[in-house]
Amino acid sequence: MGKQFKCHKISEGVAEAEILLSKDDVNFYMVDPATGVMFEKGHDVEGKSVAGKIFAFPGGKASSVVQADGIYQLMMKNNQPKAMIIDYAETVLVASAIIMELPMVDKVDPEFYKEVKNGDIVKVDATNGVVEILD
Amino acid sequence: MKLTQEQQDMLDGKYGKGTAYAMKIQVAIGESFDAERLVPITRAHVALSNQEADLWFAEKLLNAGAHCRVAPTVNPGFCLSFFKEQKLVSPEDAAFMQRTHDAYKGLGAILSYNCTPYTITNVPTFGEICAFSESSATPYINSVWGARSNREGANSALRAAITGYVPEYGLLLDENRYGDILVEVEADMKNDFDYHLLGYCGKKIGKGIPVFTGLPKHINKEALTNLGAQLNTSGAYGMYHILGVTPEARTLEEAFGGKEPKRRVKITNADLEEALQLTETVDGNRKIDFAMFGCPHFSLEQTMHIADRLKGKKLAVPMYILVGGFAKNMSDVMGLTDIIEKAGGFVIPDTCPDQPCWKHLNGKTGVTESPKCAYYPKKRGIDFVIRDLDSCIDAAIKGEVK
Repeated sequence: MGKQFKCHKISEGVAEAEILLSKDDVNFYMVDPATGVMFEKGHDVEGKSVAGKIFAFPGGKASSVVQADGIYQLMMKNNQPKAMIIDYAETVLVASAIIMELPMVDKVDPEFYKEVKNGDIVKVDATNGVVEILD
Repeated sequence: MKLTQEQQDMLDGKYGKGTAYAMKIQVAIGESFDAERLVPITRAHVALSNQEADLWFAEKLLNAGAHCRVAPTVNPGFCLSFFKEQKLVSPEDAAFMQRTHDAYKGLGAILSYNCTPYTITNVPTFGEICAFSESSATPYINSVWGARSNREGANSALRAAITGYVPEYGLLLDENRYGDILVEVEADMKNDFDYHLLGYCGKKIGKGIPVFTGLPKHINKEALTNLGAQLNTSGAYGMYHILGVTPEARTLEEAFGGKEPKRRVKITNADLEEALQLTETVDGNRKIDFAMFGCPHFSLEQTMHIADRLKGKKLAVPMYILVGGFAKNMSDVMGLTDIIEKAGGFVIPDTCPDQPCWKHLNGKTGVTESPKCAYYPKKRGIDFVIRDLDSCIDAAIKGEVK
């Protein structure tokens, strides 16, 4: 068993995958649905794919509607992240995760961020409020 | 979360399946924010987008029998009559817009198709609890009018309109409305365009509620519209304060609730320059194919300014001016539309730049004064050079931009 960290459930569900860490806020409309690749100019994960990842980023940004459509389009191509870990919950992103039924958590134990590295396999159990870095 | 009997009945399906579904999600959101209760709203604005997720959700609610208790104003998709007449829209795209129209009509929305309702059609009073989505709309009603809304998404604003309730958290509560970032503006704020660029400094400003100082006492509604729109393109802001201007910031003490700011940021001319670099999708000094204004929708006054500049002139490239129904009707009545059309431009109601009606601009380069106008259509293969409004008008007359 790996190292476990407490977190707070936003949208229920369990998922396990490689983690992608972003320092920048995310607008899913700027992610290509066909590939899952972020194409926003100057973004921390520009050129990287969110598809099938546990995607950790500070929070959502930008227009109050395209966020939902961005996630929806990714889901139509099955290129959505498996789960999302955020620091700052805001309504637009939270509502999008809930209606699309994608696991999302916030308020993760700060120790988690000291330990986790890009590419680690991470399990998010939103339902029980636990994030785990697997060995 | 504690629910009243009526709210519990909604959740239990006594008001129909659609309302129950909307209520279930409202409660889930409330719980994710640790809200204690739901409170009634008296106004809503839904950022309809005529996109697949938008229509999917609206139709899902409609088919489950939902109907708005509080009729919301809505955002633009595109103007069916105009784009059909110009033969610019495919039958599939037109049919999709028709479905969006029918869905929102069925849900009982006010079909205003305008993204700046907060100055004309949907104006709250101080302290009024609302559910507003749309980038420029939420900060405007919180900051300028002192009304209370969280930064709703289009779908959460629609659920609020259907149930008549929002969870009580965030900007609905006094203690969360204080500023926490002091933003000292040292840049010369020469015109409305500079407020676009100031708003685009979200990355430097950081997360929280900014309190702007160093801005003039009188700032027009267009500049405030621009500020909110770009803050929510470069970041996510439900509210800001402007010292000595907005109603909850008469003094620094009031704006910060007596606390020290957790961050201090200075914005200089160099920051605005840098914002401009970041927003442009292509560099200047080139020929252009068109000009586009109205993201957010242009006001009547902005349309008057353009008509004034175009009187008796000919444009080298088409100019698209996107407005709400009020500005369009007034432009027609006042003869502005006539002047602009004679010059080779168009005053188009009910239309957003991020819509499939602009496919003819794919691969082309335009000018606009709005970074947001450039940010979204990039996805549709449309590039923009960004300049202030008068420079854009000059560029459209010459067909090239410096």
